[in-house]
Amino acid sequence: MPARDYIRERFFPHMWCPGCGHGIVLNALLRAVEALGLDKKNFVMVSGIGCSARISGYVDFHSMHTLHGRALAFATGIKISKPELNVIVPMGDGDAMAIGGNHFIHAARRNIEMTAIVMNNRIYGMTGGQFSPLSGYGTMGTTAPYGNIDHGFNTVDLASSAGATFVARTTTYHARELADFIGQAISHPGFSVLEVLSQCPTQFGRRNKAGDAPEMLESYRTGTARIDSKKKRENPDLIERGIFVQKELPEYCREYERIISKARGE
Amino acid sequence: MSDAVKFIQGNVVCAEAAVYAGVGMFAGYPITPSTEIAEHMSVRLPQVGGKFLQMEDEISSLCAVIGASLTGHKTMTATSGPGFSLMQEALGYAVMTEIPCVIVDVMRGGPSTGLPTHVGQGDVMQARYGTHGDHAIIAVTASNHADIFRMTVEAFNFAETYRTPVILLLDEVIGHLREKIRIPEPGEIPLVGRLRTAVEHGVDYHPYLPREDGRLPMSDFGDVHRYNVTGLYHDMWGFPTEKPEVVYGLIRHLVDKIDHNSEKMTRFRKYHTKDAETLFISYGAAARSALHLVENRRKRGERIGLLELNTLWPFPADIVREACRDMNFVLVVEMNMGQITREVKLAVEDPRKVYLANRVDGELITPMDIQNIVRLIQGRGV
Ligand SMILES: Cc1ncc(C[n+]2csc(CCOP(=O)(O)OP(=O)(O)O)c2C)c(N)n1
Ligand code: SF4
Ligand SMILES: [Mg+2]
Repeated sequence: MPARDYIRERFFPHMWCPGCGHGIVLNALLRAVEALGLDKKNFVMVSGIGCSARISGYVDFHSMHTLHGRALAFATGIKISKPELNVIVPMGDGDAMAIGGNHFIHAARRNIEMTAIVMNNRIYGMTGGQFSPLSGYGTMGTTAPYGNIDHGFNTVDLASSAGATFVARTTTYHARELADFIGQAISHPGFSVLEVLSQCPTQFGRRNKAGDAPEMLESYRTGTARIDSKKKRENPDLIERGIFVQKELPEYCREYERIISKARGE
Repeated sequence: MSDAVKFIQGNVVCAEAAVYAGVGMFAGYPITPSTEIAEHMSVRLPQVGGKFLQMEDEISSLCAVIGASLTGHKTMTATSGPGFSLMQEALGYAVMTEIPCVIVDVMRGGPSTGLPTHVGQGDVMQARYGTHGDHAIIAVTASNHADIFRMTVEAFNFAETYRTPVILLLDEVIGHLREKIRIPEPGEIPLVGRLRTAVEHGVDYHPYLPREDGRLPMSDFGDVHRYNVTGLYHDMWGFPTEKPEVVYGLIRHLVDKIDHNSEKMTRFRKYHTKDAETLFISYGAAARSALHLVENRRKRGERIGLLELNTLWPFPADIVREACRDMNFVLVVEMNMGQITREVKLAVEDPRKVYLANRVDGELITPMDIQNIVRLIQGRGV
């Protein structure tokens, strides 16, 4: 099925600003699903609230646009009831790490099979540029007019220690890698987390002198390196890209099938 | 005792009734005095092939319940005041997206952590208005085990019929009270199943287009129809819209589908009301004391009756007005500062005849407490 068949044309034009990274994530996602050759009728996308969360309206899947931060909880109810569905949960950095932080670590701990894509633009885009838990120390936001004194989370570390069995990071500059990682995350039989650095030129770029979309994308190229690469060894401060965790542990829905057998004395 | 007769707690009755109603999924977070419902569900659901989840909090519990309902299952959560407060945003989401589910609130003394192990009925207004924005809501209650069973099943039936979350308000006393109950036979209480669309694969399905009777057939998530669900104002496809006429149509639909059918959801019991000159109105554990007093005073020839409400929202104003018409006075017996009393005053022709008998110290209101108020009203002193 060509990627075009996975979108709802009725929903376009999309609401994202010109140059927004979220559209690149949508593109990569469609290509990943296309490459996997999976039927769209088995895909559910559950999102919270934010510019990132609007992605669920554009795909021709079963789509649920829920509450800010709570998408993983809704998704958990869907998945446990119909484990045969592929569940994808695109999230903003505020959505996933601030208001939804608790659901994020608990979904990871349960190892319930679904894919959380954290579209990290280091800002609350939708509400107009307030700092987020991933903005980082010293950044500027409408609620950090003198510079941010909050320290950021490291999504990869947090997801890994919370128990996610697949954890990866890439950026919107690395479009092919992005599609590849999304595909691997969807195929992973457990809770998978993919952090995508996704530029918000409108709210983050402008305020933090990061330039417009091309410059921000360029900074993803120069500012990141593959895990264990020569580039990373020569420049340890670079943000790492790659797959950090990929392991198999008992998956929650399959574990629950075991509970049912036990309860029925089978 | 036959197999079907059990001596169990009210909370366990509620859980058994949910299984009877066909619940397929429960998610919750422990809180006194509701915890036994979750515990019993964790035993029973896997036995019937259903799913039990203990979530990380009440917010996620209700969210998971809503998600599971969308895949085609009857779903439920149970909590008490503090947890019910946390659920309010998701409750509004279920109202807006028209996803059926049942929320049990076993009330304790509040506000805040309040009195975790003592009784209260202070969440009546929270059930009505707790979530933000205009909306209609269904909330039911019970005072004895047979009615806990019946009203739990009714809660599921209402949820499916009107595609809406339904709140079951129990309280600490009846939740923990042990008494005998005969579990109804299968088929004895009618069950309303999920109304699924007859629209076939390949034909346009409109998830938010009401039929002529106002009901909206659903399509299970993961089934042949793919559609969008959102808490934003949406059109008949489930796509977000800000068009004033569509917004207005939706809010009217959400309110009217319940308010215009309120008599179909009205459940109540009348005790000794035919020749009564004085009427008690009560619900939940308070109604047990009110009934006790009515039966005692009847033996002395006093013409006194009880209207016990099982449906609190939508408030059965017509029934209440009619029942109060020729009374000398009306005494609302409840364990809060007068939440239903206010509704009764609004409903009746002469609100000056309506009094409150309450107790808000965590103790069950007694027949003696009520009798003392009656004497005060009659100018007889206590
Ligand atoms: C309970 C609640 N609190 C606050 C908001 C307001 N709100 C909407 S989106 C958002 C932040 C979005 O930021 P992020 O999750 O990073 O997504 P982005 O827009 O940057 O993609 C906030 C605070 C809300 N919708 N609900
Ligand atoms: S505000 Fe930022 S995140 Fe939102 S659409 Fe615009 S560029 Fe994208
Ligand atoms: Mg953001």
